[in-house]
Amino acid sequence: MQHDPAHVRDQVDAIYRTESRHVLATLIRLLGDFDIAEEALHDAFAAAVEQWAEEGVPANPRSWLISTGRFKAIDRARRSARFESVDSSSLDSLSPLTVPEYNVDEVEDDRLRLIFTCCHPALSPDSQIALTLREVCGLTTEEVANAFLMPPPTLAQRIVRAKSKIRDARIPYEVPSRADLPERLETVLHVIYLVFNEGYFASVGDSLTRTDLSGEAIRLGRLLVDLLPEPEALGLLALMLLLDARRAGRATAEGEMILLEDQDRSSWNRAQIDEGTELVERALHSRRFGPYTLQASIAAVHAEARDAASTDWAQIVALYEVLLRADSSPVIELNRAAAVAMRDGPAVGLSLIDAILVRGDLTEYLPAHVARADLCRRLGLTADSIASYERALALARQEPEKRFITQRLRQLRATSPR
Amino acid sequence: MKYLCMIYDDEQAWQKFPKDVQDGYMREYMAFTDSIKKSGQHVGSNQLQPSHTATTVRIRNGKVSTTDGPFVETKEQLGGYYLIEAKDLNDAIQVASRIPSARSGAIEVRPIVERPA
Repeated sequence: MQHDPAHVRDQVDAIYRTESRHVLATLIRLLGDFDIAEEALHDAFAAAVEQWAEEGVPANPRSWLISTGRFKAIDRARRSARFESVDSSSLDSLSPLTVPEYNVDEVEDDRLRLIFTCCHPALSPDSQIALTLREVCGLTTEEVANAFLMPPPTLAQRIVRAKSKIRDARIPYEVPSRADLPERLETVLHVIYLVFNEGYFASVGDSLTRTDLSGEAIRLGRLLVDLLPEPEALGLLALMLLLDARRAGRATAEGEMILLEDQDRSSWNRAQIDEGTELVERALHSRRFGPYTLQASIAAVHAEARDAASTDWAQIVALYEVLLRADSSPVIELNRAAAVAMRDGPAVGLSLIDAILVRGDLTEYLPAHVARADLCRRLGLTADSIASYERALALARQEPEKRFITQRLRQLRATSPR
Repeated sequence: MKYLCMIYDDEQAWQKFPKDVQDGYMREYMAFTDSIKKSGQHVGSNQLQPSHTATTVRIRNGKVSTTDGPFVETKEQLGGYYLIEAKDLNDAIQVASRIPSARSGAIEVRPIVERPA
């Protein structure tokens, strides 16, 4: 049978994107080591490129990749054993006869095992996030470094250290017991939210969003809700669904970004909004909600408004204030300032944003400069607006965003008296 | 896998406790030790004399140098240890969380390097 090599390669690439994390999660369980599992994953995909060109893509590529990866790892261990005369018991544990059968449910659980292991409290918070983005979501080291605003080598070092702690302190590859679950959940939620954000607003690259990442985060969020329907797990899933519902309205067909106020709200995903709103109500009803539920409530207020003008900005400001009491971060302060600008006018919002920037917080945070530039533009402070857009442009790493800012700059310079 | 659980607590506070409180603590320790002996997780354990009895030894320029006191002076001192057998870190954390001093001080859990015999 003939299989066009270029076509097979495309198929393998597509399967890599959808399957590699599932395969890795299961290989870690079967092989008991992150690095060995990663090597096995690469071997399996290398074998796929060759073999699928001959035989075509198998009916169940995931199972094929898991079996192939496992055999490749056993093969490697045997070959190195010949040179290093490794203790033979470690080989026995890899032998195919003793490896438990894997079924669909167990493979799904492996993803959860992987995320709870990556988010283990014995790892530093920074490592938990770095490792989860790298291992669970398959982000490259550079993408993770970007999300952290740090140099890739520093990030790579952090991942190496986290993996060696897992191995050397023997952090188990398991879903925590019910008793430990609530406190372990909080870290997991935070990590999932960051993953969602990377998908919702890509930090680098040609496109505004990375659907696979937000989809991944939402899927993980759903899995957690099934496992532990705690209010904040519901709140996080609601938040992600409500934000993701705007996807179709956030960019033009050509990939240019559209601001919230200019979005065609009829393009928003109503089914997701309904699901998200229902989840928010369930979470609020529990009276044990936290920051995710509050943010989801804000997103729900946006979702129920016909347009920006008829949005209940007073309620949004009030929700941000509750949120600030729970979690006083400058990013939330910035969002509150933007909502105040909508309620009380751009001048009030501008003075709040300037106060945050003067403190030295968020000076490297692109949305702060975009928000400032926009308020200055509305107030007719053309020179100030240009300066802030220029600052934002210097920080922008994503093409649609750069084009948006460049276009705003062009318009402003055209009206500028200079 | 073996883990060393190092018990850090405030010696001064301990010495100021009334006798019945100290006795209560010791009974809890004995009960805890018995429980991990029964479960087969106890490998070894000892209480240490207070940190003022410590001597720190170094060799510098080929000469032995000894100084009075522990290596690091901190608010909490190493007061004893358990060497335990545990399935993995979660299991070790579970055992360490039952050490009475976990409530007042802190337990540092460190895996032991295992070398082939």
